[in-house]
Amino acid sequence: MSRADTSHLSTGTNRQVTLQVFRGDANGGEFVDYTVEMEEGQVVLDVVLTVQATQAGDLAVRWNCKAGKCGSCSAEVNGTPCLTCMTRMNTLDMSQPISVAPIKTFPLIKDLVTDVSFNYEGAKQIPAFAPRAPDADDGSYRMMQQDIERGQEFRKCIECFLCQDVCHVIRDHPENKPNFMGPRQFVRLAELEMHPLDTADRTEFIRKAGGIAYCNITKCCTEVCPESIHITDNAIIPLKERVADKYYDPFRWIFGKLTGRD
Amino acid sequence: MADIETHEYDVVVIGAGGAGLRAAIEASAMGARTALVCKSLLGKAHTVMAEGGIAAALGNVYSEDNWQVHFRDTMRGGKMLGNCRMAQIHAQEAPARVHELESWGALFDRTDDGRILQRAFGGHRYDRLAHVGDRTGLEMIRTLQQHAVHKGIDVHMECTISRLLKDGDRISGAVGYWRESGDYVAFKAKAVVLATGGTGKAFRINSNSWEYTGDGHSLAYWAGAELIDMEFIQFHPTGMVWPPSVRGILVTEGVRGDGGTLTNSEGKRFMFEYISDYFRAETAETEEEADRWYDDKLNNRRTPDLLPRDEVARAIVAEVKAGRGSPHGGVFLDIASRRPADYIKRALPSMYHQFKQLADVDITAAAMEVGPTMHYTMGGVRVEPDTGAATLPGLFAAGECAGGMHGANRLGGNSLSDLLVFGRRAGMGAAEYALGLGSQPALTDADVSAVTAEMDAAFSSDGDENPYTIQSDLQDAMHTLVGIIRTGSEIEEALGKIAELKERAERASVTGSKAYNPGWHLAMDLRSLLTVSEAIARSAAERTESRGGHTRDDYQETDPEWGKWNLSLSQNADGSMKLEKTPLLEIPADLAALIEEAG
Repeated sequence: MSRADTSHLSTGTNRQVTLQVFRGDANGGEFVDYTVEMEEGQVVLDVVLTVQATQAGDLAVRWNCKAGKCGSCSAEVNGTPCLTCMTRMNTLDMSQPISVAPIKTFPLIKDLVTDVSFNYEGAKQIPAFAPRAPDADDGSYRMMQQDIERGQEFRKCIECFLCQDVCHVIRDHPENKPNFMGPRQFVRLAELEMHPLDTADRTEFIRKAGGIAYCNITKCCTEVCPESIHITDNAIIPLKERVADKYYDPFRWIFGKLTGRD
Repeated sequence: MADIETHEYDVVVIGAGGAGLRAAIEASAMGARTALVCKSLLGKAHTVMAEGGIAAALGNVYSEDNWQVHFRDTMRGGKMLGNCRMAQIHAQEAPARVHELESWGALFDRTDDGRILQRAFGGHRYDRLAHVGDRTGLEMIRTLQQHAVHKGIDVHMECTISRLLKDGDRISGAVGYWRESGDYVAFKAKAVVLATGGTGKAFRINSNSWEYTGDGHSLAYWAGAELIDMEFIQFHPTGMVWPPSVRGILVTEGVRGDGGTLTNSEGKRFMFEYISDYFRAETAETEEEADRWYDDKLNNRRTPDLLPRDEVARAIVAEVKAGRGSPHGGVFLDIASRRPADYIKRALPSMYHQFKQLADVDITAAAMEVGPTMHYTMGGVRVEPDTGAATLPGLFAAGECAGGMHGANRLGGNSLSDLLVFGRRAGMGAAEYALGLGSQPALTDADVSAVTAEMDAAFSSDGDENPYTIQSDLQDAMHTLVGIIRTGSEIEEALGKIAELKERAERASVTGSKAYNPGWHLAMDLRSLLTVSEAIARSAAERTESRGGHTRDDYQETDPEWGKWNLSLSQNADGSMKLEKTPLLEIPADLAALIEEAG
């Protein structure tokens, strides 16, 4: 068993494909056509990286894992927001040029890279997790699986920010950004609020800093989520109900306190 | 500094995966002014890709488990070359680190009585891995990230460190650049913690993120610290093999931990043919015993499908070589015929999704095709077990870029626990050192300018070399010549190629501006990629035996004499690599007894 067999490194069925990639920065830009060879099974990110390696060394694109786990490579392919690492080329019409543009909701840095600091700033403001005391001397807790399943759904979030990208409240109205944190943060807030160990109450924060009233439940965020998190139904609507219960319905507020369903 | 942005800290942590985040949290908690500097956005580091779980002897599924058994499994899994003090600290402290994550908000899967559920994994005697389905790394990095952002740590994202600087013989800071603008930045630091991960991007087929270019290994080496065990590279036995674009993407060992088996083209569970004498006593001999083991670990021995990764990877290579591979040059990993579909989807949701979306394979209905993929670098910066201190004052390292903990081969699940245990220890060590140091070491203009001039070079180069082509050629050379099965002549050939590639890298040229320029970034990464490749090849040439993640076709036996030595690398004054044999830390009698007793 000597030199490694490299026959399997050969490329499968190759074909040519043209990508129209946005090139530019905050001062403006344009779509540029790149025609490259692609291999069987490739995803959009593979082809973007081929363009980068062979024709445009300075093409700016974020990516890390190339396996749908890190949420770095969000872009708009033929106008549809997606993870480019999980979008197979053979799901697109390859007889036509395929356009790849940066996500629109965030300020452009360069090419396919945008300034997503809005999301990191939002995360910082959310009141921290505040657990109750451990249930045992070794620092461990007891929680039942059924009590954490909703939280686990929320914690599947890979922070690709596609939900933020498609949210009408901020996509078309950047002026709302200071008053509205967007679906990603509501998922985080819902997770904290429904965490079996958490003791804090973030209802006021959700209403005021979060600006949850801006959301008009069009479910665009849910549709685009690559982790299939039911953002609207499982996170946003229950949070809206909490806010409504606390601030707008004294009878339900008292009922909730009496029954423990707050 | 006259004209570049400069920050001053007690502790600068480089790298924001599990180890870096944990180190920064600890350093900050101890009162050190702490910065976390990372190449990507926060929360995107390679840790996010970890799947199977965190190994910790919590004893929730088998109360027979304890740190002593975990220690023993780790030492034997590392073919007795690991640092026994590190393995001891790791096994003793991992449970507390897992509980701590839970108190910071992590939601691990539960046992029926509400405790943290643990899963079976290769080389571990009992079900030991705390996990969240098959996305444990995501849970870990998010928990640490969310905890860290409230702790007053300055996070500098998309900032790449190019060199460490010294004041005399001690660390004084680091110089790098902002990805977004291309502008240079200097950090004055009393202590630096390296937590930059591994070297996978030096190999063609790998499971690693783009960041894995051996930065921490190289920064330490260039600054004068020692590296050890660089010959030991883990090829994870189960990476995807088809289609070509996904080759190397990880398929978690949890598939086998949860009941999946490896089969060849004849439908045979071939791992029974590859049980080495070393593991024979603790491995099932029959399929019946192996299958019983999943439900009763006390009265049955472990399935050979879950031998340590080095053993399984070599077996797969041998099966393919013998013509019993799958259509695309791997073997089959079958859980579809062994577990119900809803169980598979619940326990392995990411694997289900990954194969469905990227390979058109429904893993609840058909077998996966898998083969070895470069996954982990056992070697790294030589550190003091208790503090993470490198051999250079003020320098610390933790996680994959540190060496010693895993010896010749790392057990699955021992990486996430390593990040937590030694991330914390390095953060503590660095803070203690920094707070005990009176004044801030000096960073001179001349030193900083030398680094920025070096970074400028690719723009002023009149060469015609494309950095992407150089990396690609390096990956081919390392994969074919210093890969899973090695021989002396091929390693020498690789060293020749690395020398050529170094010359070519000098002529690398880039186009465009400095602002967010991946070509420029790669031109700079080539220095570290080539440094670690040379380190791996030189060490591999020297070690004339086979052990763990270092298999020599021309020296197939494990040589007890070599079992007494680590290979240590440092830089000579003329810039060449110095390779030395240094004696392994001797195992004290009480720890040695643990290994023998349970054997």
